[in-house]
Amino acid sequence: MSLNTSSVIERRIVYFLLFLAVLLPLLFPIGWGSEVSPVVKMSYDLIDQTPAGGIGLISFDYEASTITEMQPMAVAQIEHAWSRGQKVIATALWPQGPQMAAQSFEEAKRNPLFKDKEYGVDYVNLGYKVGGMVTVQALGSSFKDVYPKDSSGRDWDTLPMLKNLKNIKGLRWICSLSAGEPGLKDWIMIAHDVHNVPVTGGTTAVSAPGFLPYVNNHGQLTGLLGGLKAASEYEALIDKKGPATTKMDAQSVAHILILALIAVGNIKVWIRKRDNAKKIEVKDA
Amino acid sequence: MPDIMNTVGIWLGAFFTFAIFSFLYKDNPFYKLAEQIFVGLSAGYGLIYIIYAALMPNLFTKLATDFGGNLILLIPFALGIMMITRMVPKIQWLSRYPLSIVIGTSAAISLLRFLKSDLIAQVAATMINPFATKVPSEIVGNLMLIIGTICGVYFFYFSKKQEGIAKIPSKIGVYFLMVSFGATFGYTVMARISLLIGRLEFLLKDWLHIIK
Repeated sequence: MSLNTSSVIERRIVYFLLFLAVLLPLLFPIGWGSEVSPVVKMSYDLIDQTPAGGIGLISFDYEASTITEMQPMAVAQIEHAWSRGQKVIATALWPQGPQMAAQSFEEAKRNPLFKDKEYGVDYVNLGYKVGGMVTVQALGSSFKDVYPKDSSGRDWDTLPMLKNLKNIKGLRWICSLSAGEPGLKDWIMIAHDVHNVPVTGGTTAVSAPGFLPYVNNHGQLTGLLGGLKAASEYEALIDKKGPATTKMDAQSVAHILILALIAVGNIKVWIRKRDNAKKIEVKDA
Repeated sequence: MPDIMNTVGIWLGAFFTFAIFSFLYKDNPFYKLAEQIFVGLSAGYGLIYIIYAALMPNLFTKLATDFGGNLILLIPFALGIMMITRMVPKIQWLSRYPLSIVIGTSAAISLLRFLKSDLIAQVAATMINPFATKVPSEIVGNLMLIIGTICGVYFFYFSKKQEGIAKIPSKIGVYFLMVSFGATFGYTVMARISLLIGRLEFLLKDWLHIIK
């Protein structure tokens, strides 16, 4: 068997093992817990310490491709804000954002505690606006000018919870759930760094390391949720066994498998190098 | 009817999931089909969405309902048309004007914001007194932040050959960079596994109804 064929077969075995490592915990949950990290707690505290009646904004800056990681964060944060008596505005810098927001509100309302939450009073979905940073900047002057209507075409003036909201400074917190650009960075740069409104965020795990430096002593970012793990931590903080928590078993088993595969790969390379060195020694002799 | 459409959607989703996954075995016509449909659908969806979510409410509806009051919108409208002239070789030079406006304004807006948020604020965030706290773990964290930043930046200083004592901070910087690459790799693995979990959950929950 050539080295190439053996490598292809090995790759297929890895895929199969990974498939099993994710499939089996989904079918037979283990129930492993995970500790809450300080950056997730910061994000939680921001919403938790906002007084009842305060308005928070969640920007749905992601699309269906990253729904597994982002949607549990959105639902958990909506439920948390509602449980503290706050009102939630949904906006989107990505075209599919309004659909993601609608699904999140719908899912949060399935919780019997929040089934009476009313559109326009407890939450609104203002929809998508093109422009990224320019849109966020315009919100600093007037919300109504940017969003004269909500995503379903209802006029701003017919939505009671928006009555006293003039601009971005009227928000108690902003959370951008962001899978790329435009997204969280635009909210940090404008909402926090210009208007001093507390900004927190959720990102896909792949983008999280790039945003962690913004969680600094300048408070550019008040906590960060990075990937499914952070979503499950947030669910733990609000005492909910949600979709992120149930998927974490699969995530953990897959990570253990990958660690094992990295170790096996390194041992194989080491053995091959040693054998080659021996061959060269024999040849030289 | 909506139920039937929902069921058809789920079956199509399952089919395309398997078609994409089949690439893991080897390249095949099912994968190619799924790939082409995805590219076409994404482009079509994006175009139609921009027309209805951006062009209609911000331009056409305003011009149709109050033309006189929205004359200023004719400027972006004209610039948009000029951008499309890229498709006609004889007059494609016209597209350079709107393009230059887009690049100029974007650069101007971004420059100030990035300078403040990414440079000044980030540099200022490392100017801390590491011993301001009494918690040992925080002191260590603060020292690592300062040393890591200085040594990491020093690694990219190429104007003088890094040898002798000057090599030490560079070497330390490399270790910090390696740790950061490792963390990024770990997060990337987590993100990719999450995607697989999402697809398998769809198959097991929405398609096969095996899990709740």
